[in-house]
This record gives sequence, structure tokens and C-alpha cells, in this order.
Amino acid sequence: MGFFHTVWTIARKDLVIESRSRELAYTTLFFAVSVVLVFSFSFVVEGVALTDAAAGILWVSIAFAGTLALGRTFERERQSDTLKAVLLSPVERPAIYIGKLVGVLLLMLVVEAVITPVVGLLFQAPIDRAPLLLVGLLVTGTLGFAAVGTLFAAMLIRAQSRDVLLPVLLYPITIPLVIAGVRGTAAIFAAEPNLAVAQAWLAMLVFFDAVFLTLALWVFGPVMGE
Amino acid sequence: MVRVDGPSASPGVRHRVSVQFDTVYVDNVSRHYGRRRALAHVTLQAQQGEIFGLFGPNGAGKSTLISILSTLLRPSGGGVRYGAHTVADTGDALRGQIGVLGHDLCLYGDLTARENLRFFGRLYGLDRLEARVTDALARARLSDRADDRTGSFSRGLRQRLAFERALLHDPRLVLLDEPFTGLDDDSAQVLIERLRTLRAAGHIVVMATHDFDTAEAVVNRSLCVDRGRTWPVADGVGTLRERYRRTLAECV
Repeated sequence: MGFFHTVWTIARKDLVIESRSRELAYTTLFFAVSVVLVFSFSFVVEGVALTDAAAGILWVSIAFAGTLALGRTFERERQSDTLKAVLLSPVERPAIYIGKLVGVLLLMLVVEAVITPVVGLLFQAPIDRAPLLLVGLLVTGTLGFAAVGTLFAAMLIRAQSRDVLLPVLLYPITIPLVIAGVRGTAAIFAAEPNLAVAQAWLAMLVFFDAVFLTLALWVFGPVMGE
Repeated sequence: MVRVDGPSASPGVRHRVSVQFDTVYVDNVSRHYGRRRALAHVTLQAQQGEIFGLFGPNGAGKSTLISILSTLLRPSGGGVRYGAHTVADTGDALRGQIGVLGHDLCLYGDLTARENLRFFGRLYGLDRLEARVTDALARARLSDRADDRTGSFSRGLRQRLAFERALLHDPRLVLLDEPFTGLDDDSAQVLIERLRTLRAAGHIVVMATHDFDTAEAVVNRSLCVDRGRTWPVADGVGTLRERYRRTLAECV
């Protein structure tokens, strides 16, 4: 079975399951929108948002919602030990990793498609100022976050305190990604936007993605071997 | 890696490479979890056309041995050879020749019975997938529930489906951990017949179970496992359960 066929088979299975239960989409969306709403009461005073607050809150919401999505995605695999059956099949382990990553990534992008306009509305953030650049930052930042998160969530699938360990492991590693995302987005949302700076942070995110993806593809097989 | 040519390779699996083997050798295998010893210097040989029974108390090491045979777990010492091959030299291809039914049934509750089989069939790269799925559903006697989500199935129905899922790719080595769990008498008899068919077709079956009465009807050789060590179940008079107890009393 080809690499991309395996990726598609696994990602499609996750999407079919999610389309039926909608558990992840609803819980993650509800959580992300709640986070944005709560922050809006603190950081929007008399209709004016604090400088750079929108970018920070957008990325904090993405990180929190992404952690929730990662945990639940692998909880499904754990419940009936289905990941074991997938690992027993004669497919390349990196293809299994990418398949799971694609499912998580698509879910997170759907959440972002909803919360980004909500942030724009509540924090008066100009999300239409450089839409392609903003989408680029969101997609690359989310890819890096999901790449690390998918690896850790798979590694922790048998750990008893996996719900606690996942954010403890994930956030320190992904801090550079979140900082790059926040600074790049803030450069777009600023009163005096600096798109060159945003592009520089985008390039940084692409670099992080390449590093994280390479490392994750390299170690997924060995760490799932036990 | 070895190219598929011979009659013993699963005929419907479209992998570019696969492995052939008629015997599985477990050579002085040990496995430790930290300081706890799960298996200690286990040696056994299972051959084609044979059903090998593993019996022992809970936590004796049966499931660990099955996990090692399935390639999911690496031994801490010793090794396993599948014919002339090892996990190291055959990689992913070897797993295409192994079917595993574990404690957990490895079925997605939000997918239907048919979708579960289709999904795993695709991962194994099977040809004639729809025909194989239909046959497997018929053998599991679940044709009328094929399009129901498995989350709504009883344990017994899921057990039947999981057994057919493990055999969907016609593996050379079949590893069964408590295959009779949750099965009613009829289903257990069907499973016994299915195991006899597998034996007659030259598969290697290794089965861990506590169900002596049912297993006695099919196993060729039996091994007693306790605290990570193994002893052949004594031959002679008496039922399998009696001989197992005698072995435990004498050896352990």
C-alpha cells in the first residue's frame, strides 16, 4: 500500500468518525469560542482592545483547543486499542503518523475558521488586511503545533496521566511556534501594520514546521514500537 | 525483504514484498518491564498446521508473549524467528503475515461492521476487498448487521467480528488472546470449526486462553505459563485441565 494511500485511508476514517459523532468539532469549537469571549471581557475596555491582545488571544485559543482535540482524537484510538491494530498492519509507521496529523490539522483549521472572525469582531482586529498572510501564519503555525501534538498524544496513549502530561510536554516545545504566530499576527493587526515582519515570522514558522515534522517522522516509528 | 512467490504467501495481499515461513521459533526470549520480569528465557517452536495453546494464571506472561510474537513488543533478551526471517530484516512486510485478536477488540465503535473490515482491508492492501468483506461478515454471521455501528454490538458480536478482522488478510501466523471471551455456545462451536479449518489450511495458530474445555477440542500442543516461565503441559491421561494442573503442581 502506498504511503499517500495509507495517509488518506487513516485520515478519511478519522473524518468519517468525526462527521458522525461531531464530538470533537462541537467541544473544541465551544471551548475555543468560550476562551475568546472570556478574554474579551478582560482585554476590551470601553470598546477598545488592548494593543496586540487579539493576536495573543487568537493563538492561545488555538493552542488550548488544539490540545483538547489532540487528547480526544487519541482517546478514541485508546478506547478499543484500535491504534494497536493499525500499528500491526503492514504499513509504514510515518504514514500512520501523517494520517493522524491530517485529521487533527483539518479539525483545528475548521475551529480557526470560526474563531478568527470572532476575534476580529470582538477585538476589532483587521483580519481582512492581509488575508493570505494571515492564513499562511495560521496554517503553518497550526501544522507545527499539530505535528508535535500528534507525536506526543500518540506516545502518551497508554500513560495513565496522559491528559495532564500532554500539555506539560506540548506547550514548552511549541512555545517558539506560538510566539512566532503571535508576533506575525500582531504585525498584521497593528495600527501601523508591518507585513515584512509578518512574512519574516511566517518564514520562521515554515522552518519550525520542517524541523518538527522531520523529527516527528523520524521518531514516530521507534517510539510506537513499544 | 523477500518477494512474494511461493504458495505459502497470502494470495490476496497486494504488498510488493512479503515473507514466507512455516515455523515460528521463540528462542530464549525474556521481557522485563522495569524491574518486573514478564517472561524469562522462553523457548518454543510452533509449526504450520498446528494450534499451540498457552495456558496459565492471570499475569503469567501469555499476553506479553503474544505481543512479542505479533512484533508489537521487542524482547529484552533472546529473539523470534519467522522461518528464516526476523523482524529486523523484514520490517513492515512481516506484519502482513500476522493476524492478531487481542483482549481489546480493536474495532471502531462509530464505524459499521462493514466499514471496520474495509478500513483494515485497505491498510493491508487487499485485492477483492468487497468480496472478502462480504465473506468475512458471513463467516461472523453478521451479514444482517453489516451496516450497523459496532458500538451497538454486544461483546459476543464484536468478538466474532474482531476474529474475522484478524483473519481478513489470510495471515500465516494467527495470534489469539482469549478468543472465546463473550461467545455463546453456538459461536464457540463455530469458532472451533474455524480454527480447525485454519489448522487444516496450514496456518500457525498460537492461542492464549483460560477456557480449557473449549480449547481441548482444537489444540495440538500446550504450554503452561507461570510467572514468565514455561513448561510443556504433561501428556498422559486426564483432561487438558487436569494435565495443566498436574504440570503446574510438578513444575511451578
